[in-house]
Amino acid sequence: MRRRIALLPLLAAALATSLGLAGKDAAAAEQRPWAEIADAANGQTVYWNAWGGDERINAYIAWVGERVWDDYGVMLRHVKLADTADAVSRVLAERAAGKTADGSIDLIWINGENFATMKDNALLYGPFTEALPNFQLVDFEDKPSTLVDFTVPTEGLEAPWGMAKLNFIYDSARVAETPGSIPALLDWARANPGRFTYPTPPDFLGSTFLKQVLIELAPDPAFLQQAVVDDSQVEQVARPLWEFLDALHPHLWRGGETFPASGPAQRQLLDDGEVDITLSFYPSEASSAIANGLLPETARTFVLDRGTIGNTHFVAIPFNASAAEGALVVANFLMSAEAQAEKQNPEVWGDDTVLAMAKLDPAERKRFEDLPAGVATLAPEDLGPTLLEPHPSWMVRIEAEWQRRYAR
Amino acid sequence: MTRRDLLAYLPGATLLLFLTPVAAGLIGTWLPAFGYFPTLGGHSFTLEPWVMLFDHPGLRESLRLTLVSGLLATVISFSLTVFFLAACHGGRITLAIRGLMAPLLAVPHAAMALGLAFLIAPSGWLVRLVSPWATGWDLPPDVATVQDPNALALTLGLVMKELPFLLLMTLAALEHSRAEERLAIARSLGYGPVMAWLKTVLPAVYRRIRLPVYAVLAYSLSVVDMALILAPLSPPPLAVQVLRWFNDPDLTMRFVAAAGAVLQLLLVVGAIALWRLGEILVARLGRLWIAGGRRGGKGRVLRAATTALVQLLVAMAAAGLLAMALWSVTRRWRYPDALPSVFSTDIWARQGHDLLWITGTTLISGLAAAFIAVALVLGCLENEKRRGLTISTRALWLLYVPLLVPQVAFLFGSQVLSIQIGIDGTWVALVWSHLLFVLPYVFLSLADHYRALDERYSRTALCLGASPNRVFWRVKLPMLLRPVLFAAAVGFAVSVTQYLPTLFAGAGRFVTLTTEAVSLSAGGDRRVMGVFAFLQAALPLIAFAAALALPRRLARTRILREQRA
Repeated sequence: MRRRIALLPLLAAALATSLGLAGKDAAAAEQRPWAEIADAANGQTVYWNAWGGDERINAYIAWVGERVWDDYGVMLRHVKLADTADAVSRVLAERAAGKTADGSIDLIWINGENFATMKDNALLYGPFTEALPNFQLVDFEDKPSTLVDFTVPTEGLEAPWGMAKLNFIYDSARVAETPGSIPALLDWARANPGRFTYPTPPDFLGSTFLKQVLIELAPDPAFLQQAVVDDSQVEQVARPLWEFLDALHPHLWRGGETFPASGPAQRQLLDDGEVDITLSFYPSEASSAIANGLLPETARTFVLDRGTIGNTHFVAIPFNASAAEGALVVANFLMSAEAQAEKQNPEVWGDDTVLAMAKLDPAERKRFEDLPAGVATLAPEDLGPTLLEPHPSWMVRIEAEWQRRYAR
Repeated sequence: MTRRDLLAYLPGATLLLFLTPVAAGLIGTWLPAFGYFPTLGGHSFTLEPWVMLFDHPGLRESLRLTLVSGLLATVISFSLTVFFLAACHGGRITLAIRGLMAPLLAVPHAAMALGLAFLIAPSGWLVRLVSPWATGWDLPPDVATVQDPNALALTLGLVMKELPFLLLMTLAALEHSRAEERLAIARSLGYGPVMAWLKTVLPAVYRRIRLPVYAVLAYSLSVVDMALILAPLSPPPLAVQVLRWFNDPDLTMRFVAAAGAVLQLLLVVGAIALWRLGEILVARLGRLWIAGGRRGGKGRVLRAATTALVQLLVAMAAAGLLAMALWSVTRRWRYPDALPSVFSTDIWARQGHDLLWITGTTLISGLAAAFIAVALVLGCLENEKRRGLTISTRALWLLYVPLLVPQVAFLFGSQVLSIQIGIDGTWVALVWSHLLFVLPYVFLSLADHYRALDERYSRTALCLGASPNRVFWRVKLPMLLRPVLFAAAVGFAVSVTQYLPTLFAGAGRFVTLTTEAVSLSAGGDRRVMGVFAFLQAALPLIAFAAALALPRRLARTRILREQRA
């Protein structure tokens, strides 16, 4: 595994030099006026590669498809991914085969390490966000993660789409007291063997759980905001994480021998009564799942006292997109008050907006004020502090080490 | 160039058409496995990918899972086939089972796996039916019955899919093995029914089902879609792990993936060699055993046991599919309710638009692949007849190549080929990739019927002055309509099942019921999975029903027309 990390920058450099042509495309900023872009987008088909593991999100994306068809004549096709890395890999494969135009992907739902990989390898179109009118509505001031993705500056190469924050969903019919910290979670698991688990890394929720533990237990979490220095640093900072997991796993669902495939899979386990707690990235997921008949009425949400990891998720355009204008139109629509309010509705998805209320006009603001609260959603002031994502290099290290320790 | 000349080139063209991607794919996988992949900076040959592969912490466990599930599934399916047919030869139950096997064969692997997963899960249907009143389980027990550490759920799923294939292939082979005569003689010498079958029929039949058995072995060792649903995830069986490496955004992992794909191929080759060794050993010992002359009993116990097992497997498959159909019209169905508490057709309505699109893609690719395959196979068979050639065993091996070579071992390489000739992500690439797997099955289900057609019909027509082409269209085709349509239905069903080829040739732009069902399986909403599993199973079944009903209808209209005339 270590060899793999050392090789990556070398390879990236080799790629960048051997494929100068691709680099030229990727570096060009989008400067056309909006009207011209919207005009060119009319009639285009946009293939949006987005994680397809949650039916509610898929339904929302289908709604987006109807709206951009009505307003802009853009045909949106959702290519449902099991893992966003698949799309990154596809763009890489296309460039490896010399396909620098007419690529098969026009838009990617992305953040974190996948964004870092694409940015490092010059696989992205743009910078383009300044060309999108709705980008001005984004709340850069109070939501700094809309410009810095897992410590990596976005530099206009991806447009913010939604705000995620780790939270836990439990069934209040079976759980009386919820743990308020990572050590308390271990005690809870000891007292309730087989009733907790987490999605198998590299599923993003599973990896986020690992990072949550890492941040909460690390002697000095400030290191996590910078790239990994060397092996001994990783070993030192991550030691409490592995000690914690070694202690936790015997008390997990299936004795920690196997893990659910994804967050929604674990939500199904909660509904089936196989576990008592599941993880979520959307503060109103519990309410939304109740409304959709996916969780019992007694489902509720809790967070940890010292805060949980929050981040922003984005959309980006590959350098060789065949319908870049259409993708720009979709990215712009996603940041509109209409689309953002629909997304935040717990009966639809329940994903928090990236927009600043102060930058909206009263009618737009009313869309958000009128949203139903949701019976299982915590009030914003109860959601606790937001912890920053570590640098992507930490996640790569931690995921690999997790595989080495537990997937054998 | 006359038409006859064109026909002469057809067998060669057909082989080329579907061996080129396999060959190119293998080369495109072997080179990177030894470090050669210029676009990724690999200019020299090295063993580095292999070192990294064998350093991978989960490799041993992945290999163990692959070998356990693949070998076990093949041994169980094969033994069950042999002992069931030995015990029940010629009985009414054999006919009934034969009738049930065709639809089971048609059901795609993913749909079967989804149904099975819900059936046997600790919070699944079987437990729900008896809980909590009989078991006292207010909460589901914490036992891994799906994605279990020994991949037994995957083994069971594989047996449910491979048993129908082996049974049908063996039944077809029996028709050419003069089984009745052999049995009659053996029985007259005092052998019990089971002994008679094992000692006189099996040696003759085995020669004809050897390739299908190898295909089952190869498939079971390299299955991806069923493994994604039923096998453990961390680490997964080798084929799934190879797929993950290929999809890793870290490009260096592509070399490891290629090495893994080569290892997967070696594993299959090794397993087949091992099986062949077993064959020789069993043949040696078997000869002594046969010469020993033990007559054996009536085999009632064996008959009861194998019949019960086969029926159990059929019942489980049917129950799993029924459960998926139920889920598709469910709103709430919580543990431990035996049936959904709230029904709703919302899910169907909500999927409406997507559903049309995805079903359309599945239909078009399936029909196109089936049609082209039937046309090519008919052309090859007609050429064979006209030239008085017979296909050699060696040529048959070539036909089996795409079924014996693991898909992960060459699909990635052929993806590079399709990108280079600029067809990746197009219908051409999609249908072509399906054709690789559709063609062998269509050939297998059509060849015997075509060759068995009585020569005298066409000779008579030729004597009456009809051209060979006219004889083909007006005499042979109408007479063979039923097997031709049946072969087309088989081809369609095989196309619907394809998971990896759709993923790779389709560049992710083509979504079929199978890719959708598999990707939804990670998401956990059983109601949506239910919709796709149900449709996925329904399409091939409709195709088979149509293949059975159509000739009857056509015959009726022809009779009416002739009566009027």
